[in-house]
Amino acid sequence: MNTPAAAVDAGRLLADLIAGRFPDARGRFGPFGGRYVPETLMPALERLERGVREQLPTRGFKEELAGQLRSWVGRPTPLTFADRLSGRWGARVWLKREDLAHTGAHKINNAMGQALLAKRLGAKRVVAETGAGQHGVASAAACARLGLPCTVYMGSIDMERQAPNVGRMRLLGAEVVPVTSGDRTLRAAIDEALRAWVSDPEDTYYLLGSVVGPHPYPYLVRELQSVIGREAREQLLASSGALPDAVIACVGGGSNSIGAFHAFVPDATVELIGVEAGGRGAGLGENAATIAFGRPGVLHGTYSMLLQNEDGQVQETHSVSAGLDYPGVGPEHALLAAVGRVRYETASDEEALAGVRALSEWEGILPALESAHALPAAERWARSHPGRSILVCLSGRGDKDMSTLERTLLEPAHR
Amino acid sequence: MSAGVPLGEAIRAATAKGGPALVAYLTAGFPRRESFRGHVRALASAADVIEIGVPFTDPMADGVTIQRASQTALAQGASLRWILAELQALEGVRAPRLLMSYLNPLLAFGLGRLAEGAARAGVAGFIVPDLPLEESAELRSALEPRGIALVQMVTPLTGPERLRALCAASRGFVYAVTMTGTTGRNVAVPDEVLGYLDRVRASSPIPVCAGFGIRSRTQVERLTGHVDGVVVGSALVEALERGEDPAAWLQALRA
Repeated sequence: MNTPAAAVDAGRLLADLIAGRFPDARGRFGPFGGRYVPETLMPALERLERGVREQLPTRGFKEELAGQLRSWVGRPTPLTFADRLSGRWGARVWLKREDLAHTGAHKINNAMGQALLAKRLGAKRVVAETGAGQHGVASAAACARLGLPCTVYMGSIDMERQAPNVGRMRLLGAEVVPVTSGDRTLRAAIDEALRAWVSDPEDTYYLLGSVVGPHPYPYLVRELQSVIGREAREQLLASSGALPDAVIACVGGGSNSIGAFHAFVPDATVELIGVEAGGRGAGLGENAATIAFGRPGVLHGTYSMLLQNEDGQVQETHSVSAGLDYPGVGPEHALLAAVGRVRYETASDEEALAGVRALSEWEGILPALESAHALPAAERWARSHPGRSILVCLSGRGDKDMSTLERTLLEPAHR
Repeated sequence: MSAGVPLGEAIRAATAKGGPALVAYLTAGFPRRESFRGHVRALASAADVIEIGVPFTDPMADGVTIQRASQTALAQGASLRWILAELQALEGVRAPRLLMSYLNPLLAFGLGRLAEGAARAGVAGFIVPDLPLEESAELRSALEPRGIALVQMVTPLTGPERLRALCAASRGFVYAVTMTGTTGRNVAVPDEVLGYLDRVRASSPIPVCAGFGIRSRTQVERLTGHVDGVVVGSALVEALERGEDPAAWLQALRA
C-alpha cells in the first residue's frame, strides 16, 4: 500500500494509538486527518472543537446523553449469540445488535450526541447529509426530539434506492433536499451539506454522520460511537467470561467499525477486521473499497485514503449498499491500516446479498445491506478458526433495502 | 512561456490608474479545451491578473456555475498537467497568471515537482481554497524558493487576530471573500462589507482583492477606494456560456 506512513515508525504510531494519543492537537491520526476547509468554516470548526472539549467531558452532558440513550434510543442494545450460524460456520458467533437501536441503526448514537451538542452550542438549525438514509433518519429523529429544525441533503440516486427512508425523514419533520450535482450519492450530498454550512456557519450546526470530515468530526463521531464496543466488551465478558478472538464490522466512512473496534484496540489478542464494499470487482469505479484500492489524498476536509485517478480527481464508486458507496474513509482507519492494527478485507455485492440471506434464514434477522458485508468475511474467519469466538457488529436492519432486495434476492433468477 | 509582471506590481499599476485591478477567473478547459489559450489571451487584454481554475470533481467552495464549468472541463480531460503545458506554450501574455486549485489535484501532481512545473509555466501564484494557513507549510515552502505566491483568503467571519496572521502570511495579495457562502451569488455590497474590507486593508501590508459574488459595474464602483482589486469569476463564466466576448464583458465592468 502506498501510504506515507509506511515510511515512518509503525511501531511508535501503534504505541501512540493504543495510548490514546490520537487525534493530536492538530487533529491528526499519525499522518492522516487534519482540517482542509475553506477559510469561512475555520471559526465554526474552532468553535465546535472548543464545544467538544468543554461539553463532552462534563457530568451534565454525559448524564443527558446517557439518559437519551437509555430511555429513547434503547441502549444498551442486546448481544445475541448466533446459535445456528455458529453451528454451521464452526466458530462461536456473537452479534452486537445495533439494528435494534431506535431508527434501526447505530447512526442514532452519533446523531443524538451531536444534536445535544448543537443545542448546547446555541445552533438555530441543523444540516446533515445521508447516503443510505439511516443517518438522515437518525438526525431527523434526534432533532425532532430536541426541537431543532433539520435539513437533510441526499443524492437523487440514493433517494430512489432508499425511498422508505425519505418518507420517514419527512414524517419526522425534516426537509429533504435532493442533490442532483456530482455523483448524486453520498459524496455529492456531503459537498452540498458543506456548501450549506459555508453559507451560514454561525447559526447552522453540521451534523456529520461518519468518522470523516475535518477535525474534530472524526474524533467526535468516534467518541459517540465507541459505546458500541464498550457495551459489547462488557456483555461478552459477562456472558462468556472472555474477550472475543476477533471483531468484525463493515466499513464505508467507517463509523460503526470505529465504534466497534475502539474499545478493543488495546487488547492485543483481539483480531480486528474491517470489511469494505468490493462491489462488482477490483476495477476503478467498480467498488467502494478505499483502503484496498485507494491512495492518500484530501476530500471533504480530511487527509486520508481516497479512490482517485492519477490527476487527483475523485472517482465514482459502486456498491449495492448506499451507505458504503463513498470514495473516502475516516483518517483513523487509514492509520489503523497503515500500522496493521486492523486488517481490511472486501466483500462483493453478491457476497453481501448472500449474507443477507444467511442471517435472515438462519437467525431470523434481516440485516442492512451495509452490515451484511461483514457476514461473508465473518464466515471466512469462522471456518478457518473452529471453536473460536467472533463478534460481528450488526450495524443496522434491512427493512430500508426492500426495493433493492425485491430486484435481487427475491427475483426468480436469484432463488 | 512568459513570466509576466509580478502580481503585486500588476495590481498597483492598475490602482495607480484609478483602479481597482481586475482579476479575471476562467475554468481551464471550459467551454472547450481548444479555446483555452485564446480565452486567456482575450482576458489578458482586458484584465490585470488572470486566475485560472484547475477543475476538481468536488469543488466545495464553489456555487453552481463553477461546478458546472468544472464538470464540463473534466469531461474534456482538462488536468493540471495539461494546463501547465498549455500555459508554457502561451506567448505574449504579460498579465500575471494565478492557479486556483483545490488541494487534491496538487497533491496528486506532487508538491515537489509542482513549483518547478508552475515556474516553467509562468505561474505567479496559487489560491487553494481548501488549504487553511495551519496546513499550508509544505506547499508554502515548496513555492517560496521559486518566488511563487500563496494567496491567503480572509472572510467577514475572520477574527482580528487571525486576520493579522493571514494578512502577514499572504503573498501577492490578500483575497477578501465578500460574504459567507459559495462563489457566484450576487451581493449588494452593504456598508458593513465596505467596513470589513477597510479593516482588511488596514491589516494588510500587501494589496487586497475582493471576490465572491461580483458581477456588475455598480458593485465595482461601490468597491472602488475600499480594495485594490476585484475578482470576477462566476459572472464571467456565465458570459462565456452565453457566448459573449469575454474581453468586452470585462471592459464593461470598468467605470
